[in-house]
Amino acid sequence: MNNKAEQTRRITLAKAPTSIQGLDEITGGGLPKGRPTLICGGAGCGKTLLAMEFLVRGATDYNEPGVFVSFEETENELTSNVASLGFDLDDLVKRKKISLEHIHIDRSEIEHSGAYSLEGLFIRIHLAIESIGAKRVVLDTIESLFAELPNPLILRAELRRLFHWLKRKGVTTIVTAERGEGALTRQGMEEYVSDCVILLDHRVNDQSSIRRLRIVKYRGSTHGTNEYPFLIDEAGFSVLPITSLGLNYSTSKERIPTGIPRLDTMLSGKGYFRGSTVLVSGTAGTGKTSIAAQFAESAGRRGERVLYFTFEESPSQLVRNMLSIGIDLEPWEKKGLLQFHAARPTLYGLETHLTTSIKLINSFKPDIVVLDPINGFMIGENQSEVKTMLLRLVDFLKMKRVTAFFTSLTTAHNDLETSDVYISSLIDTWLLLRDIEIGGERNRGLYVLKSRGMSHSNQIREFRLTDNGIELLDVYVGSDGVLTGSARLSQETKDDAEELLRQEEIGRKQFGLERKREALEAQIVVLRSEFEAEASEALKVIGIDKARNDRFNQDKIRMSKSRRGDVQNKSNGKANTKKHT
Amino acid sequence: MRRERPAKPHGEKWVLRLYVAGQTPETDTAVTNLKLICEEQLNGNYHLKVIDLTVHPHLARVDQILAIPTLVRKSPAPMRKIIGDLSDTTRVLAGLNLTDQGAVTDKAGCGY
Repeated sequence: MNNKAEQTRRITLAKAPTSIQGLDEITGGGLPKGRPTLICGGAGCGKTLLAMEFLVRGATDYNEPGVFVSFEETENELTSNVASLGFDLDDLVKRKKISLEHIHIDRSEIEHSGAYSLEGLFIRIHLAIESIGAKRVVLDTIESLFAELPNPLILRAELRRLFHWLKRKGVTTIVTAERGEGALTRQGMEEYVSDCVILLDHRVNDQSSIRRLRIVKYRGSTHGTNEYPFLIDEAGFSVLPITSLGLNYSTSKERIPTGIPRLDTMLSGKGYFRGSTVLVSGTAGTGKTSIAAQFAESAGRRGERVLYFTFEESPSQLVRNMLSIGIDLEPWEKKGLLQFHAARPTLYGLETHLTTSIKLINSFKPDIVVLDPINGFMIGENQSEVKTMLLRLVDFLKMKRVTAFFTSLTTAHNDLETSDVYISSLIDTWLLLRDIEIGGERNRGLYVLKSRGMSHSNQIREFRLTDNGIELLDVYVGSDGVLTGSARLSQETKDDAEELLRQEEIGRKQFGLERKREALEAQIVVLRSEFEAEASEALKVIGIDKARNDRFNQDKIRMSKSRRGDVQNKSNGKANTKKHT
Repeated sequence: MRRERPAKPHGEKWVLRLYVAGQTPETDTAVTNLKLICEEQLNGNYHLKVIDLTVHPHLARVDQILAIPTLVRKSPAPMRKIIGDLSDTTRVLAGLNLTDQGAVTDKAGCGY
């Protein structure tokens, strides 16, 4: 039963892959196979192109020949229009992979009289399908029939019949239609084609155009429901592959050095995690680009590939400027390890930036991507859009295990931390650069605001750009707060002098102590000799007294003998005492 | 004079083609209607060919046929097309450019 259910599911969900970058991912494998799909959108949003790419990819990648029925453009026009995308229709037509069928109707030369059917169209499509064994059909834009043919009632019935007929034939069909006022299409084509409806949109926001694609419905299949940005460029149509993104990427324990030894130390001795997202933010001229360049340069030394997006400086200017602080990027660029991509953020819309970035990343396959700076994208109040874009990019990079390095310019009147707070959740390691103004000079301080997954230093370091690259120094932290630059130097000299004084003081104290000890010891000697003198005197007296006592006792004995007293065995004293009592 | 106007193309034969697809009621209606009009308006000075696209499908492409039935006036130039079962004679005449001839219009108006 399970098997059967699975089987029916497979049958109902059979899909015709489009091979269009990203579209297969959001549709879960392609368009419904053997059914019609409606693509609607305003003028110039890429309907024809999407349909054509579907056919061409089908013919070249999946060996599914296709018929393109055009109601607007002639065969020649179509061929030359898509030649710019690298599609050689002439060749495909010759190889019987594609058949172009231009349906020409000119209202001015047509009169109508009574009921009709579209059997002629059916026959033509049928013939075209049969001639190349087509599996895919595009009708572009069949709605124009409404303008050319009389009696909409008959036309509607015929179109309904046509779609049924195509469905029965089992060909995967794309029907394009113009976007209507308040409806998906002008002529309500969605009534007839209801298996899959894709809406293309082309809007202009703050003078930059954004193309978006949305799957309005997809019968019998799950699909991404968001609006996805898409791009049309020399490689055709590409939708941003967002559905494949998520939080399920595996993380790396590998660490990569920052190119600044002291910074490595601050990041628990090893540097950034591979595949993590690093943000350096700071006010103007705090050295964000320098940190990025140093990182890029060290990556070049390790033989890693770096894709450097610069949005404010031209590559040559950047290379020149970095050379002045001893960071030479040129060799790596020449070796092909480092590739610059310079574009003004305002040049395209966010999506275009994103899609071009992703394309470049896919083709260059870098280990590290630098975006310098990300602020340029912020035009007006589009923070949330920028965040979404960066989120997509970050997810994409994480999936590819590419280390992302962003710089962000914070404006002075904003609080340093809060100005970037909207992207802070995306960031794994956040370095903050700040100006420290003391004693009439401006110095740079660097600290690690956060760094996920490592015990990082909480110390502020002085950040110096020397002729030999970046150097981090301990800042002076004393009772007067943090001191840097000359203030630190002068404080350090002051400290040194104080130290010397203290040393002297200690020496003096030690000397004094020694002297005291010596005096004490001398006193002890004197006292001891005095004592010894006294003691010998006392012993002498004691000896005399003893002798005197003995003599007295002997005298007593002698006396008692002479008095012929009992001399008992007992002590003389006792006997004597008894006698006395 | 009025009678001669329809034969205006100086003896040039009208070449008409009627594209149909198989034997359907509409086809029959169209053929009947057309023959009637032609006999009346062109005094037999025409050549009508009924083309069945189910038999010659490639002709649908050659002559840009979409709707069935379609009547094509190949000659005299310019080419004209009339789609439908030709049940509305006024429109057929307009389509064949026979209406600018007052008599025809009148006649058609009276006749139907």
